[in-house]
Amino acid sequence: MLFIPELLLLIGSLVLFGVSLGEDKAKTAHNVALGLSAVVSLLCLATLGQKGSLFFDAYSIDLFSQLFKLGIALGMMAVIIFGSQLKGITVKMKPEYYLFMVLSSLGLMMLVSSVELLSLFVALELSSYALYLMVPMRDDHSGVRIQMEAAIKYILFGVVATGTMLYGMSYIYGLTGTTYMNVLVPKMHELAGNPTAMLAIALFMSGFFYKLAVFPFHFWVPDVYQGASNATTAFIASVPKLGAVALLIRITTLVAPDAGESIVMLLMVCAVCSMFYGNLSALVQTDVKRMLGFSGIAHAGFVLLGLLTLDTVGFATSMYYISGYLFMNLACFLVICSVSQNGENVSIDDLSGLYKRAPLLALTLLVGMMALAGIPPFVGFMGKFMLLTGALKAGHLTLVILAALNTAIAIYYYLSVVRVAFTKAPEGRPDVSVDVLTRVVSVALIVIIIVMGVVPKPILSLATSAVKSIL
Amino acid sequence: MDFLIINEGSRILSTLVFLPLAGAFILLFLPSENLQRLWAMLVTVVTALFSIKLYTGFDSTTAKYQFAEHVSWIPSLNINYTLGIDGISLLLVLLTTFIMPLCVIGSWTYIQKRVKEFMICLLIMETAMLGVFMALDFALFYILWEAMLIPMYLLIAIWGGPRKTYASIKFFLYTLAGSVMLLVAIIALYLANDGSFSIPMMMSQDYPFSFQIWVFLAFFLAFAIKVPMFPFHTWLPAAHVEAPTAGSVVLASVLLKMGTYGFLRFCLPITPLATLSLGPYILWLSVAAILYGGFTALAQTDMKKLIAYSSVGHMGFVTLGIFFLNKQGLEGAILQMINHGITTGALFLCVGMMYERTHSREIADHSGIAQNVPIFVTFLTIFSLSSLAFPATNSFVGEFLVLASAFSVNKVIAGAAIPGAILAAAYMFRLLQHVLFRGPGRPDLKDLNVREIMTLAPLVFFVFWIGLAPEPFLNVMHTSVDYLLGQVELAKAGAHVVAMAPLP
Repeated sequence: MLFIPELLLLIGSLVLFGVSLGEDKAKTAHNVALGLSAVVSLLCLATLGQKGSLFFDAYSIDLFSQLFKLGIALGMMAVIIFGSQLKGITVKMKPEYYLFMVLSSLGLMMLVSSVELLSLFVALELSSYALYLMVPMRDDHSGVRIQMEAAIKYILFGVVATGTMLYGMSYIYGLTGTTYMNVLVPKMHELAGNPTAMLAIALFMSGFFYKLAVFPFHFWVPDVYQGASNATTAFIASVPKLGAVALLIRITTLVAPDAGESIVMLLMVCAVCSMFYGNLSALVQTDVKRMLGFSGIAHAGFVLLGLLTLDTVGFATSMYYISGYLFMNLACFLVICSVSQNGENVSIDDLSGLYKRAPLLALTLLVGMMALAGIPPFVGFMGKFMLLTGALKAGHLTLVILAALNTAIAIYYYLSVVRVAFTKAPEGRPDVSVDVLTRVVSVALIVIIIVMGVVPKPILSLATSAVKSIL
Repeated sequence: MDFLIINEGSRILSTLVFLPLAGAFILLFLPSENLQRLWAMLVTVVTALFSIKLYTGFDSTTAKYQFAEHVSWIPSLNINYTLGIDGISLLLVLLTTFIMPLCVIGSWTYIQKRVKEFMICLLIMETAMLGVFMALDFALFYILWEAMLIPMYLLIAIWGGPRKTYASIKFFLYTLAGSVMLLVAIIALYLANDGSFSIPMMMSQDYPFSFQIWVFLAFFLAFAIKVPMFPFHTWLPAAHVEAPTAGSVVLASVLLKMGTYGFLRFCLPITPLATLSLGPYILWLSVAAILYGGFTALAQTDMKKLIAYSSVGHMGFVTLGIFFLNKQGLEGAILQMINHGITTGALFLCVGMMYERTHSREIADHSGIAQNVPIFVTFLTIFSLSSLAFPATNSFVGEFLVLASAFSVNKVIAGAAIPGAILAAAYMFRLLQHVLFRGPGRPDLKDLNVREIMTLAPLVFFVFWIGLAPEPFLNVMHTSVDYLLGQVELAKAGAHVVAMAPLP
């Protein structure tokens, strides 16, 4: 019972493999993937309250992991729905594409449940390798093979990050003699202040900094976002970040709350650099995906604000923020995927007059962008507000002021996208047709973004008890 | 919670706040444009009529917050949904509820495309504006304060004039950048108060002087941009000129008041020491705004721009009254806030009505139209006289109170502000002279119809009511203003008050 969502994904991926062997099965593959993600989402919801451990205690099922699994399943479903035509993918490869997407989600789900270093590593690699393969599957419209460049960058940076992470893990094993997280936590707390232990934790974190796109592991972001097809970018930009935050929270619990100055300092520097680098670079972008990539770096910096308080509330706020980020980002990518005609990249000018061409998409874009910018009453504001409050409570005044300044910088580029969509004339750009299911998803995303922002209480208390369950 | 008078039974304030929002939601499903207009009209009128209960039920003998509501919202951060009004916010709430129906009726024919979305934006604005004046929880206040940006942005960006893109972006960026540090100040106050966002609890606390200065500066940046005070005013003319009539009216009548309301509600009672030491600088900035606004208005050829710059000057009188920190000044300032809302709102409506006919806002295009549109010109004259503070109109009372308090405190500043009053006469008369008498007139122009007369008539009524008998308006604020001054005096006397000062 405990393993049922993952098991189903595994079976589903085998089915997709079977489908991929036949000819011209894109439609079937899509339906299988869609049905699979819907059932898995429901199963995750059903298993939300379960607790237990599997595989010699290397795999733990608790509220924390199940919440993240639910987010991953929902994110995957949303991407499958609004990317349904997979405009940027060669017809022949569509079944394989879905196969890898499902496998990547499976890896992420296993990742958030793994509480043993080696199984954690295996799960991470399962999700990463599937993603590495999804990037170059794009149609080669332009002829410049931009997707190949992206894929190479993605895999090279990924492998380096994985290497540093393994190096950190080896130190941790050397210091403590175990790979089990529940044994590791007290032992690492005893080693608090030990420089090797701090170095080990920092290196361990770097693997997930890469996934979350935190400075200085962000270099792959703009090119991969630009080079991968729209649906792939939507997936990479949202779903794996959930897994990254889950693991960063787990790793941060290794730091003793009273003796973590060096790690806190490290997180602070990474946060500030991410925010400034992301926001300042985003100001000058013309490609929406690239811009969202830089904005993702800035948001990753914001998530760190919650981690560096080293307390339950901070971790819970980070969870709240990243789940909000998932939905805001999906809302923006939904618009990109729908506006793009044949899977080409969308420049900011391509959104001209969107509110005449597709009012619902324009509204979705408005809500998504303004939520990312942190304007109330959307979830982005509430998350930012809580992160800032938590960080100031922990005494980081300078950090909070710098973060607040970043909010002011960021508003400009989010607003300029909204401006183009609402004030520019369409200039002959055609109307955008949106299928029914995508409409449903976009309304659902708008509602979720508003409701999470106005009524954060239930999700916050859920996140708090989830964090308590792993401490 | 002894500073709140919890309203048992009907929740009047919540009803007022959520009525427009619910109306906006229902509006989504209404099919025809006329039905949408009627519905928006109905919602705003019902809200306005409902708000009269606030005035009749208001107890002007106490400075406590009345009709209060207190519901826990986000317990983990101790954010509460706390609403309540006192003598300072009562009139502003009423101003908002009464201006909104006029905005709807004033846009009846002005807005031709996307009526539904326009009315939804207006109604959401009303919810947020009412909430800002009622909120007694700082987090709630900030959320509503910022939430207003999006509908206002859309009002300018979609239905605005030719330079709408520039104006809307400038408005948004200015306001948002200003309030970012407000957020940090709010969180700092929250922590200094043992984790409470309650605004009344933050007042009269014994914060260290340097802390007060920093918080005051953060407040000042946000509120001065909203007022707008010289030299933060540059977004205002752009936004006013490009916004549709209803947008200009909302902006002038209500949005600008939020800045001065912020000074009254937050700067004075929360950071009294900083107010006392930085107040003189703000007085001089106010004088600069009065003179600058006056001179710039004198040079305008665009009627909307002229009124926009006159707003800068008028709001200068308001901040002048606030920072003299005496009773006459404060009451004059609050009354002047209301007056400016009525008069400037009316002037924008007038300009909008002519713009519908001539598609021009240039004074030169309207020269000598007195012979063609006598009713319109009558209204314009009344509101212009009110704007220059002619005796027997509303602004005279407010401006008189402010200047009287100025002379009792600092004759130099008072003397420096006097030319502002003369400038107001100069630019308004210049406008009137051109529109009334000089030039050939436009025989093809149609005079105001019944709907337009209905729009302006209530405002004329208030112009003369406040001008001739201001007591009903001043009476409700006496106690609250006294209490507010008491809070500042206590801080000046160096009394270290840990808890709330005793309430009358």
